[in-house]
Amino acid sequence: MSAQDDLRVQDGASDRDGLIHPEIAKPADESARSQDGRRLDHAEATTKPLSAEPQAARAREPQPRGAKIRGDRPIDQAEAAERFLAAPLHQKAHDERLWDLRKKRDTAAFGIPEWEELRELASQIKAHTLSRLDEYLEQFEAQAKANGVHVHWAADGAAHNRIVHGILKDHGARSLIKSKSMLTEECGFRHYMATTGIEVIETDLGERIQQLDNEEPSHVVVPAVHKTRFDVAAVFAKTMGTDPENDDARYLAESQRMHTRPLILEADAGLTGCNFAIAETGTVVTCTNEGNADLSGNVPKLLIHSIGIEKLIPRIEHLGVFLRLLARSALGSPITQYTSHFRKPRPGTEMHMVLVDNGRSERLGMEEFWTSLKCIRCGACMNTCPVYRRSGGLSYGATYSGPIGLIIDPTFNKRKYSTLPFSSTMNGSCTNVCPVKINIHEQIFAWRKVLAEEHQIPLLKQGMMKAAGQVLSRPAAYRAAIGAADSALRALPRFAVYNPLNTWGKGREMPDVPRQSFHAWYKQNRMGKKNDMGKKDALR
Amino acid sequence: MRIGLFVPCYVDAFEPEVGIATLELLERFGLDVEYPFDQTCCGQPMTNTGCHAEAAATEALFVRNFTGFDYVVTPSGSCAHQVREHLTAIPQTEEVKAVRERTFELVEFLHDILKVEAFPWAKFPHKVAYHSNCNALRGIHHAKPSELNKPAYSKPLDLLAKVPGVEVVKLARPDECCGFGGTFSVFEPAVSAKMGYDKVADQAQAGADYVVSADSSCLMHQKGCADRVGVPLKFIHIARILNGAAA
Amino acid sequence: MSARETTLATIRKNRPAGDHPLPEIPLFAPLVGDDLVAEFGERLKRMGGRVADVVPGEDPFASVRERLETAKVIASTVPEITGNRDLARVALPRDLADVDVAVVRAVFGVAETGSVLFTQEQLQVNSVAYLAQHLVVLLDPADILDTIQTAYRRPDFAQASYAVLHTGPSATADIEGVLIHGAQGVRSLTVILLPRNSAEQ
Repeated sequence: MSAQDDLRVQDGASDRDGLIHPEIAKPADESARSQDGRRLDHAEATTKPLSAEPQAARAREPQPRGAKIRGDRPIDQAEAAERFLAAPLHQKAHDERLWDLRKKRDTAAFGIPEWEELRELASQIKAHTLSRLDEYLEQFEAQAKANGVHVHWAADGAAHNRIVHGILKDHGARSLIKSKSMLTEECGFRHYMATTGIEVIETDLGERIQQLDNEEPSHVVVPAVHKTRFDVAAVFAKTMGTDPENDDARYLAESQRMHTRPLILEADAGLTGCNFAIAETGTVVTCTNEGNADLSGNVPKLLIHSIGIEKLIPRIEHLGVFLRLLARSALGSPITQYTSHFRKPRPGTEMHMVLVDNGRSERLGMEEFWTSLKCIRCGACMNTCPVYRRSGGLSYGATYSGPIGLIIDPTFNKRKYSTLPFSSTMNGSCTNVCPVKINIHEQIFAWRKVLAEEHQIPLLKQGMMKAAGQVLSRPAAYRAAIGAADSALRALPRFAVYNPLNTWGKGREMPDVPRQSFHAWYKQNRMGKKNDMGKKDALR
Repeated sequence: MRIGLFVPCYVDAFEPEVGIATLELLERFGLDVEYPFDQTCCGQPMTNTGCHAEAAATEALFVRNFTGFDYVVTPSGSCAHQVREHLTAIPQTEEVKAVRERTFELVEFLHDILKVEAFPWAKFPHKVAYHSNCNALRGIHHAKPSELNKPAYSKPLDLLAKVPGVEVVKLARPDECCGFGGTFSVFEPAVSAKMGYDKVADQAQAGADYVVSADSSCLMHQKGCADRVGVPLKFIHIARILNGAAA
Repeated sequence: MSARETTLATIRKNRPAGDHPLPEIPLFAPLVGDDLVAEFGERLKRMGGRVADVVPGEDPFASVRERLETAKVIASTVPEITGNRDLARVALPRDLADVDVAVVRAVFGVAETGSVLFTQEQLQVNSVAYLAQHLVVLLDPADILDTIQTAYRRPDFAQASYAVLHTGPSATADIEGVLIHGAQGVRSLTVILLPRNSAEQ
């Protein structure tokens, strides 16, 4: 029995509906209801109405934009995050909405007694598959070919884009509808296709918003989560001619449906990403809420699946583990609205599968980092990440943002993404929510070491650490630095945080300075009078 | 039982009363507590910044200072975690391994090693929000983190339950990081401070008068944030409550 | 060397150290009660779907009768309902863009999630399940499985060219988390619990 049974506990959260920004609670509830009238919160919906509506009518807050990209120069995530924080309506709505997803995830996970065991199984299945990835890829390829599928291999993102472009050209395709795929984002597919004259149409609503706004997705599951309804209304007004003053979410979603439907019907080809690729059957599995992967897969006569080689799992049976984890981790729903299994082309159509490496086979050889290949792109680590929720996904200036991004991005470009592993407090909640048990925060720690050793961290930072190490390893120097007198103690905040620029004081008050250090107190009160309790009130 | 008391650098400099409370509390249980006078730091600031080579000399000094004790006790989950999990910049001799294995944070030492049943000298008739330092929570397992589907437990709340008068308030985000994050607090100051503002807002809205933690670093950051935005919260280290501080 | 050979060779060179056996997957106890019909219905409703119990002797389609009567175009793949769009004669999938209501039978349902399974066999033209405005699904109560794990032990997934689990209608909440049904696919999904042999009765 726990002694906590005696502890008096007061619920200090439910009277504000669990919000830390109660001001963004919205009285009007627009979300869909169930057959028996209950409010619904499946898919990526919030459990309660939240809105970034400004207090003063029409006092709209411009959307903060992401990190500035300057070639290979290190991304300044802190700078972009600071601009995001300077847009409080956006920031609060973003934070509460993603925290709400984290809570939905907790509720769903806690509903399953074997949850932690499922995570362990999923982790082991992925580790096993990655340890024999060559064999499983060959098995998958053979099965797919036997199913009448054309299989292609792409060494990198550029090769993926050329291959897909080639397939489209061979069929004389002029337009392509696609569902959301982080892999195609990673390959820069949309940007590449813009030069070819073949139109690419994103069909996931969030991804479509981002495409129309010429912005990258900010989150792997909810690509436009950093935007308010007012931002969306502005984008749609500009690109689809909707009423700029109408920011009703239903109106906006319906307008997009009506606008996109003809494009879907007329498309010459469809493309989907891949959540799981089954080696034993050659099946590609996609999980969506909108049904857009199924439209991409079932309407045009040409279908292409882009598959990262780490998506392999051995058998259909294993979906019984991964599907129980994926949507619950991502959304707090037991499953996505659509779980689709593409195996053979429809009669009279062609199906192509492009297996993309793009650095994955090299990452497999990185002893401390290969397990990041287990990732199933659920986004749970982003939702729980306190830094991500305050910064916005675009502040990372990379395809993958948030905790998983911090450990994947440097494998693509060590210099450009050298700063990202430092955009973390290493609090570890990402590791605990990860459905495949990637030790994300430990890999962030390990990346910092690699980057420091390879001198990919700023000279100033490394110099400060060298100076700190020199002082802290010499008791006399340390004592001299922190001193015994009041005047020296007043300089301490800077020393204590090893920082010459006093960024501490920018957003926080300095700590009160005590009359003497513990060290000085001990010397005065205890040296030579051990266990003398008489001086206990010396400081009070 | 010979105990080596490790007083982390920021406790030494900013919150000496936490060091004193820790010392007195351990002595109340009849332990032979020594404070090695040449101690400085556990090496965490350098290690967490990736600079392991730069931490080596400090780590070696730590081991020299704390070799030979039955236990090393420190009022900081974060420093205990550094020593146990990350003090690896120097060769792992038997001496180094022994110091690392014997280093405990105060709460876990009282809870797991001494198995303290009561603090008869203590009472604290206040509403408190308990703040779990992330290294204490997930690094050395002070309590069950909110995101794991495992049986609930909490060593610090077990101890606070033995102090008459303590009433714990439930937060909207029970173990959300407060944004200190060591050098994160100065290298990413805007996000760090915002996390702190949100943390103290949650604690205040929950009705807390005091914020209690086993880590002075988080408290120092939170107090700086609360003072900046005018949130009237008081901050106190758990060692002081357990040692009988009135308030 | 081809991209295929390069990737496979790099994987072989970089094979992670250690033993990583494929774990046996235990069959977990179902988290649903014995009344699979009730459990299925409750979960389907939480996912935005509708469910209609059939009262013996009454019109099994009562709950969707109005929708069927006001529909201009009905595509049916089940003997219980006669539509006015013959799926066997559809030249292109996109020709189903004007379908108001599609009626299909599910292979099985899953109580744990409220899902129903279709393959190309049931759909005849796959796009009908997405281009139609509304989807009506017949499900034999005897075809409800307890869990997703049980579902994936069935042979259907490995045999079908295309297999899909639908759980409620098309949904999005990409704008401020507001839940909207009918993002790109069907606006509603109604399951009618009707035994397979009902057409002959």
